[in-house]
This record gives sequence, C-alpha cells and structure tokens, in this order.
Amino acid sequence: METPNQTDAATAADVTDELSAFLIRNLGQELGPDDDYFALGLVNSLFAMELVNFVEQRYGIEVGVDDLDLDNFRTLGRLREFVLTKADRGAAA
Amino acid sequence: MSGGALATDTDLTSLGAEFADSVRDEAADWDARGELPAGVRLAAAGAGLLGADLPVRHGGLGATPAQLGEACARVGGVCSALRGLITVQSMVAAALLRWGTAEQRERWLPPLARGELLAAFAATESEAGSDLAAVTTTVEEQGDAYRITGVKRWITFGDVADVFLVLGSAGGRPATVLVEADRPGVSREPVRGQLGMRAAQLAHVRFDGVRVPRENAVAPPGFGLSHVVGTALDHGRFTVAWGCVGMAEACLDAAAAHAVRRDQGGVVLAEHQLVRSLLGRAAVDSRAARELCLRAARLREAGDPDALAETVAAKYAAARAATDVAGSAVQVLGAAGCAPDSLVGRCYRDAKVMEIIEGSALVSELHIADHLLRAHGHRPGGRRPQREEGPR
Repeated sequence: METPNQTDAATAADVTDELSAFLIRNLGQELGPDDDYFALGLVNSLFAMELVNFVEQRYGIEVGVDDLDLDNFRTLGRLREFVLTKADRGAAA
Repeated sequence: MSGGALATDTDLTSLGAEFADSVRDEAADWDARGELPAGVRLAAAGAGLLGADLPVRHGGLGATPAQLGEACARVGGVCSALRGLITVQSMVAAALLRWGTAEQRERWLPPLARGELLAAFAATESEAGSDLAAVTTTVEEQGDAYRITGVKRWITFGDVADVFLVLGSAGGRPATVLVEADRPGVSREPVRGQLGMRAAQLAHVRFDGVRVPRENAVAPPGFGLSHVVGTALDHGRFTVAWGCVGMAEACLDAAAAHAVRRDQGGVVLAEHQLVRSLLGRAAVDSRAARELCLRAARLREAGDPDALAETVAAKYAAARAATDVAGSAVQVLGAAGCAPDSLVGRCYRDAKVMEIIEGSALVSELHIADHLLRAHGHRPGGRRPQREEGPR
C-alpha cells in the first residue's frame, strides 16, 4: 500500500487539512471539528468503508477490528486524534 | 510473490483458465440437475480459486484484484453457479480478513481457502432485501454465548454450506456472527428451479435459538452492517461484476460464431444488417463492462476509497451488459439458444439474476446517483435503503 505521507510529516495540522478536504469532497460541505456527520445523516451506506479506506491509504495505517469504535470516526476532531495515535503507534512499532 | 510451492506469477495471470476449460462440458448438466458435484468444490480449491486473493500466510495465492477478476470472468463464462461458489466463499473470507481477530483469521481462512469448509453469506430475509438494516434475526447475548433466531432466504450454497456469516440485530445494533451449520437449531429448506443460478444450491435457512460461543462474533455489535457486511458485499459485487463480463464475452463469441456458420435461404446470418447491429452493440457493451471492471480492479489494488462506488458502477454495468448480450445471443441463435443445454440460454437466465443480487440494478442506480449528489452536499431525505442487496 502507498504511504505517501510518513509519520514524521503527518503533523496535526496536515492531517486536519487532509481529512477536512476528504470530507468536503465526499460530503459536499465544510464541517466543524465536532460535527457528527453520522448523526447528521450526511453519509450513505458506502461512506463508513470509504472513510476506513481513505485513512488506511493516506496514512499507511491499518484499521482493524479493535479500532471499531464509532467514537474514532464520527467527527473530524476524533478522526484526527485516531489517525495521529495510530500513526504514532505504527512509527514506534 | 513468495509463494513457494504455490502459484507463480505466470500461473496467476491464467488463474482459473485450465479449470474453467476442464468443466466446460459439464456445466449444462449441473444446471439441469440443480447442483454442483461435491468434488468440484475441492477441485476449484485445488485450482486456487477459493482463496485466490487471500494473502499467502492465510492459505491464499495473494492474487491481485485484476487477477481474481479475470479468473471470475473465465469461470463465469462457463458456469455462473461455480463463479457463485467463488463469490460467496471469498465474500466471507474478505469480511474475516478485514474485520476478524487474529484468532478468527487463523482458524477460518486456511480451511476456507483449501475448500475444506464452505461458507455462505446469510443476510437477506423475507422483509429485508435491498434494505438490510431491516433484518429481524436476533443476536442475543447469553453469558459467554450468543443465541441466534431468524430465517434467512435465498442463501447461495446455503444447502451445503458448513458455516454461515449471519447478519442480525443485537438490541437494535447490526451484528454479524459465524454460525456453523451443524449446531443444534440450524435447518435448511432447499430452493430449486429458480430462474437462474440453478446449480448454486440455494436454501432458505432457519436459525432456531442457535447458540454460538462469543468468539464467533465478527466485529462488535453496531458494525455488522456498515463494515462487515459492507466489506463482504463490496467483494461480492466485484466478483459478480467480473463473472458478468465473462458471461457477456462468452455469449458474444457464441453469437458471432453462429452468425458466421448459420445459413438460411442461401444467406449466412452474418450478412443480415440487423444481426450485425445486434453484434455491434453486444461487442461495445461487453468491452465497456470489462473496462469498468478493470478500473474498479485498479482502484481496489491502490486501496483507493473510490473503489467502493466504482465497484457498484462496474457491477451495475456488467450485469446489464451480460443480460443484454445474452438476450441478443439467444435471439441470434434462435432455437439453438432455447435448447435445454444451451450456454447462451443458461447465461440469459443467470444474467438476469445478476441484475438482482448484490445490489439490484434499480438500487444501484440510486446509490450511484446518491454518491454523486452527496459530493454536492445533498442531504438524503426520508428513509432510504441503507445497503443494497438481493437474494443471497
């Protein structure tokens, strides 16, 4: 899998911008860090897996069954924390 | 790849070719009898077809999406039921590879790849087809076990499966559980004589308070539909799409060959403009379907998030192409296309089923449009299908 953005370059600001751009591209609107796009009904049935594929492809992380907590995915802010934590853990391993 | 005794890269580019050729003359008989002989499953596994895209460490061949797709096209052009076997086995395997625990992968994937276990995907119910969020099968926690109660319908290879990946509801949250067929409370009612996929040993399957240990749960409750079933259906659409490409191409070949040879009133069919028109359209439909499937394969290999939506589009287009091309082929072949052992006649019936399963054509259109509109900020209004699905 392509890992264009190595962990050391994946600053919180970069990740925020990229995740925000992904959400705008897919949901057609800019979202605040705490907007719950699942609860707001902005997503369709493919979106949950598209989101998983995006963070895996973009950050070279692996989302597994232990990561399946909607709190990791439901807002831009939580998603950013999830990505940064996973990327850190991957770099330390 | 580092497969040792397993297939080399050369083998993978022709994956399924030899096997498809070896069963070409038997498929019509399987269709008439309504079953695949038991030995065929092991032969398919021996040819590497049941775990082709699983990693080598889990017993697979590590085939790329394009290699798996071509294999499904080769098999699909010979026997859709056999391609259906590859589809259901790999749907369950894909879901476990992606969302299983390390223990679950170790326990289930190698026997699935070797064909020692046959898996079926049990999601559809009488009131939950395209809208799988409406399933009423219950998954109740009981101490260290789960108790499964419900009736699943139209389960491909449900009559002979060793294990079912069941979608149910755990207190309102979608939950997926593996249920072995030999557990007390599992019973099956074979379905025979349906429009197409007649050798795919369909069954309606009843789960009557079946107890399974906790370790049979796949992913936590709440993620059964969006992630586990989502992964399985996405994989299923991909292999179905390629199977449809194989059907369309086989029917195009048969129609062209017949048009060249068949002489009526001193004129071969190929000289009739209307026949040529049918063939021209069929050729373009087949090629367009193949290109969309190749596009989906490329995106899948890259792990691109757009792969999901593009796979929906590829499956939709390929199923339509197979249906249209098979219909034209039957028209060109005439009585020969209507004969009981006709390949194009069988494809005609099977292809229509492909427009129903793994996302009906109508629901696929809604989803493709939904995806387009979503990117423009459209908020879905009212109740809509959460997941496209059909009899499977």
